[in-house]
Amino acid sequence: MGGYFSELFSGTKSLIDGMWVTLKEFPKRPVTLNYPHQSVPMYRRYRGHIELIPGDEGGTNCVVCGMCERACPSNCITITSEKPEGSKKKVLTGYRLDFTTCSLCGSCVESCNFNAIRFSNEYNLASTRKEDFIFDLMARLKEQQS
Amino acid sequence: MSLTLFNVILAVFVVICFVALNAAYLVYAERKGAAFFQRRPGPMENGPWGLLQPIPDGIKLMTKQLLVPGGVDKAVFITAPVLAMFPALVSFVTIPFSSSIVAHPIEVGVLLIFAFAALGSMSLLVAGWSSRNKYSMISSVRAVSQAVAYEIPLMITTITVVMISGSLNLTDIATRQLDGIWAWHIWPLQADVGFNLLMPVSFLILFVCSVAETNRAPFDLGEAESELVAGFHTEYSSMGFGLFFMGEYANIVIGACLTTILFLGGWSCPFGDLGFFPLTHNVGWFLLKIYLIIFVFIWIRWTFPRTTIYGLLNLSWKYLIPISLFNLLLTAALLKVF
Repeated sequence: MGGYFSELFSGTKSLIDGMWVTLKEFPKRPVTLNYPHQSVPMYRRYRGHIELIPGDEGGTNCVVCGMCERACPSNCITITSEKPEGSKKKVLTGYRLDFTTCSLCGSCVESCNFNAIRFSNEYNLASTRKEDFIFDLMARLKEQQS
Repeated sequence: MSLTLFNVILAVFVVICFVALNAAYLVYAERKGAAFFQRRPGPMENGPWGLLQPIPDGIKLMTKQLLVPGGVDKAVFITAPVLAMFPALVSFVTIPFSSSIVAHPIEVGVLLIFAFAALGSMSLLVAGWSSRNKYSMISSVRAVSQAVAYEIPLMITTITVVMISGSLNLTDIATRQLDGIWAWHIWPLQADVGFNLLMPVSFLILFVCSVAETNRAPFDLGEAESELVAGFHTEYSSMGFGLFFMGEYANIVIGACLTTILFLGGWSCPFGDLGFFPLTHNVGWFLLKIYLIIFVFIWIRWTFPRTTIYGLLNLSWKYLIPISLFNLLLTAALLKVF
């Protein structure tokens, strides 16, 4: 009989304790975000796909040395360039990144001696089409600058 | 109030609106409550704070395909959801929302509500039985054993209150408690209850039983998702399921109404009769009380994990029934003495 009443009281008490725990949580602010409308700010050092760094006087810092293209183990990067008439330097005309085979190893960023590319903070990348992951980084840079 | 045809139609219309609105917005309250207890924002997309969420929910439910699986006992299968909704609707007829707002005061109102509550668990039985699904079958057996176990202490506790007030009429029971908060049956040591110390315990028993009667967590063994898919309504789609759903929420409201009338003074103002309208005894207090009780239902649901079927039956047979019986005898003795 002793066990009967002690179990009754300890059981009731534990239930009340449990309800007190949830009641304390009730008025507090939500810890989750209303996702499509709000999202957590991405960390500065997050390694998304690469992007071109805007140059000091417009354009890019890229000198079309081709080191990134060569450093890439999976041939994601394709650079196109031209040499304007009367100029000694090549000018970057297209920077195509095939993100479908990129493994985010960072060899391209590491190999760049002219501070022309870096990792972006882009992480909202979902699509059902392969073409959506082939980026034209020149167009992307122009879009960001405008 | 005379029972004219117009009154009856009006009452039925108002009750159906009340039940449907409650079902729709209690689901919303349930989701918001769950969200707040778990520190989430809850539904936010439709309307401000997601307030219009019940409308698309209802449309979704109604436009789904109504499937009757092969091999079911068709007549019974179709009757079961109606049987779940109908008693819940009828029970509202006799529940007084205030001294004047009652569809039809019946002398044996308490008895009527319990009779129809039993019919409600009957619907779970036939739904599971006719579904030709072993999970539904197990679920309906569980639901019935649970209903039997919890109706006993529920009724014994109600008899205790009926003995105190000397009437089976819900209006009379509530009218006895109109003298402010200390006249409510929940408090111990009241003069006209014979200074019974155990009245709060009685209230607690009634409350636990009404949670169990409505098949809500932590007593939702009938639809234990982790074991029985969805229990008795596994095979029901569209409005078949919708009727079970509405019946369940109507039952919650009835449970809250009953608790309010029997123990919390019905529509009485906690401060006694103050003389000016908004604070005098009126329907506002009644609604406030039932929604507070429903809040506690939601609070309980999102606090406790589901019990086992043995724990559930043990709680009833080993604790609730003996204690409620003891309190019945004690009340009878005290009423005789004082």
